[in-house]
Amino acid sequence: MGFHYLKDVVTLELDSDKCTLCGMCTKVCVHGVFALDGSSIRILERNDCMECGACAMNCPAEAVTVRAGVGCAWAIFRDWFRRSGNSGEGDIQCNCS
Amino acid sequence: METSIGRVARISTHMGLRDKLGGCRVRWGIRRMHYNVPAGLYAVGHPTPESPVLVTANYKLSFDLLRRELSGRDLWLLVLETFGINVWCAAGKGTFGTAELINRVQKVQLDKLVKHRTIILPQLGASGVAAHKVKKGTGFKVKYGPIRANDLPLFLSNGLKASEENRRIQFTLRDRLILTPVELVGAWKPSLIILLLIFVIGGLSGQDFSLQGALSRSLSPALIYLGALLMGSFVTPILLPWIPGRAFSLKGAQIGFLWALIVSLPLASTWSVGSIIALFLIAPAIAAYFAMNFTGCSTFTSLSGVQKEMRIAVPVIILCTVAGGVALMLDKFL
Repeated sequence: MGFHYLKDVVTLELDSDKCTLCGMCTKVCVHGVFALDGSSIRILERNDCMECGACAMNCPAEAVTVRAGVGCAWAIFRDWFRRSGNSGEGDIQCNCS
Repeated sequence: METSIGRVARISTHMGLRDKLGGCRVRWGIRRMHYNVPAGLYAVGHPTPESPVLVTANYKLSFDLLRRELSGRDLWLLVLETFGINVWCAAGKGTFGTAELINRVQKVQLDKLVKHRTIILPQLGASGVAAHKVKKGTGFKVKYGPIRANDLPLFLSNGLKASEENRRIQFTLRDRLILTPVELVGAWKPSLIILLLIFVIGGLSGQDFSLQGALSRSLSPALIYLGALLMGSFVTPILLPWIPGRAFSLKGAQIGFLWALIVSLPLASTWSVGSIIALFLIAPAIAAYFAMNFTGCSTFTSLSGVQKEMRIAVPVIILCTVAGGVALMLDKFL
């Protein structure tokens, strides 16, 4: 059963000029967002990206960028409350295990 | 067992009753943040300098699920210090990360223990670990294994190759079911306050305050609240793929609406218009709120997506709840 979340929101970008075709992104992505298409890596299922950041983290050429974080309402609530206390951009982190 | 780098503890691949009970306990959120094993190197079976090295987190539930799959095998297990947090979440926080891995490999002198230069990590650890930096820092090549521990035996006997299917995250009925107890337990504290509030309002809304009056008037609102809570944090997660819409709050609101419908059928004739309106505003709002909180348990929601959902859903939930309260008050005073 395929699960799909909101469309056209994710921050994933791939710079094909920097890509060295090592294929790491296709291995680490848990949603099969990347695919080797002939002689280039392409973003196939952009809307399936959950912004976990594994691809960008493991791209030796730094060709992939994404604002990584947790898609968790609790973590975002915490971030809202923290921000109302003091301003400043911090990582949105969950506090569960 | 004795090795070239000193004594290494050998672990069993058998899950005892205590391990099973412990797993059950943390699934219910009881002392979940205090369930870890010491970080470091462990032996499974009778490993040699040629045996593979698996890396995992020190959450005991993760550790147990992994060792359970390794019976009859000889290998090394390198446990990172993730402070009792599972691989995926720890990777997100960076504790299951490049620095800790490099540090731990050096600390246990892995290069002296094994002859090969490959370490196997769970795929879900990839969001915290940069494989190319580990290679640079330790000389060890990181191979990402399958997502689930029970696909590891196949990966190990298949020349360290994982199939496409084993690299895709699932969110099966079983996965969702196993995650709902923690949601329910997490909802207890705010729920106690809300139930107390319902009781107080029930008591004050009578002609004169009596314990019996308060109890009888707050019984049905309390049951409606608990039902809506169950709809949002249990029924919605279970039915998740079959409920229309993409936003979790929208899915929850529909189930909450159904709950209001079920409740209203026997009550409609005896309830006032204001109460019925309040029921249909508040029950979906409560279910939507709890369903929205399940995003963190899911395996496919993005930060940007949940932020967008919440920017719309949170004001709507608050508005519906307040409007429901106003309907109840107008009912009382008009």
